[in-house]
Amino acid sequence: MSLFRRILSLGCLSVLAGGAVAGVLPDDRSDVLYHRYIGGGVEIDGPSVLVRKKVGSSFSFVGNYYVDYVSSASIDVVTQASPYTEQRNQWSLGMDYLRGNTTMSVNYTSSEESDFDAKTYGFSVSQDLFGDLTTLTLSYGYGDDLVRRSDDPTFMEPNTRQNYGVGLTQILTRNLIATLNFETATDEGFLNNPYRSVRYTDPNAALGYSWEPELYPRTRTSNALGVRARYFLPYRAAIELEVRGYTDTWDIDGLTGAIMYVHPWGPYTFSAKYRYHGQNSAHFYRDIFPRSQATNFRGRDKELSELYSNTYSFKASYQFIDENRGWSFLKKGSVTASYDRLSIKYPDFTDLIAGGGSYILKANVYQLYVSFWY
Amino acid sequence: MTIRAIGRNWLTAGLVVMLAGCGSIEPWVKPYERDRLADPIMALDGDPVSSSYTQHVYEAREGARGGEGAAGGGCGCN
Repeated sequence: MSLFRRILSLGCLSVLAGGAVAGVLPDDRSDVLYHRYIGGGVEIDGPSVLVRKKVGSSFSFVGNYYVDYVSSASIDVVTQASPYTEQRNQWSLGMDYLRGNTTMSVNYTSSEESDFDAKTYGFSVSQDLFGDLTTLTLSYGYGDDLVRRSDDPTFMEPNTRQNYGVGLTQILTRNLIATLNFETATDEGFLNNPYRSVRYTDPNAALGYSWEPELYPRTRTSNALGVRARYFLPYRAAIELEVRGYTDTWDIDGLTGAIMYVHPWGPYTFSAKYRYHGQNSAHFYRDIFPRSQATNFRGRDKELSELYSNTYSFKASYQFIDENRGWSFLKKGSVTASYDRLSIKYPDFTDLIAGGGSYILKANVYQLYVSFWY
Repeated sequence: MTIRAIGRNWLTAGLVVMLAGCGSIEPWVKPYERDRLADPIMALDGDPVSSSYTQHVYEAREGARGGEGAAGGGCGCN
């Protein structure tokens, strides 16, 4: 089961939702991306290919194929199970329909791996208002998942996910554009990882503790409100600020902030970004429980614990087909490389591999992609 | 007339005034003034495949989710 398997909400549809621009259909383009994640004993890499094409003046179609090749010996796997390898395949299809200042979008995503299947259906409407200074977007997504266990063919548990989103993009001045997004997500079903266990104090065990399966609540509802603003600097560069607040019914409260700087230089474009995320823990999270079945719900997923994350990102892009000249049927072409350095501290998650102390995850994320516009 | 009814009337009147105002809003940034906003460096999501993957990485590593997408990013620049 991929570490990323839980993230099959509308997030994975955002690659298609880029078309949700009212008043104008998205550009025809294709992207071929290679991604690689290395950190915490986990290596994940694979391709992602996107093709988008208009048909007539009112329709735009988009398809995306994405693969994760996973090799995991994470701290959870090493302390509770055996290292594994697996593959996750995801494909998505979407369509945008433009009528006047309104764009309607539908999309579908299917993700499959050896012990987890997810299907997500999305719908959104965008409307340009007030002389195209404002874009209002309403979105809805429905997800249908099936959780299995690779060591138990009889184990099958369903999940359903629903997302409701409202977005507002606003031109504030000739140099400043801002966007506000509110999203409510509600999940119902088997929400924990079927392999993961929690730790509890056991005087009879050699280590002083034993393990038992996690048990999560069967519902979760979250609310997130995010604001982004991008400003055009006087010497042709851009700076972006982003803030997001988050809260959910598992008592996780989070705050995310980011700042990014974009600087073009001839055919090159460079950007640097710093991102921070902090959150407290879910009410049923414990690093170690005082005894077996100590509480109604139990979890030891470090992503649900108190954590503080810092990410430094760098990106460089080279435009090898100039948009003013083009080449054959291609209007523009670029190649981009990016690097992200993640450092996440978990003050209440003991590093059992290192023999104690708080766990710290350090990860490197690489992306290399080629983009064509036509 | 009760206080609640008075409040309701004021609210209704306020909404009518606001909606009437919306109908007459003049775009304070004219289409010919949006050249900087149309610059690719101002695109809120210029690389959808990359940003989707990056968001995927964050959401897998954190308990929080949602609220980070761009609402289309339409600026009517084209």
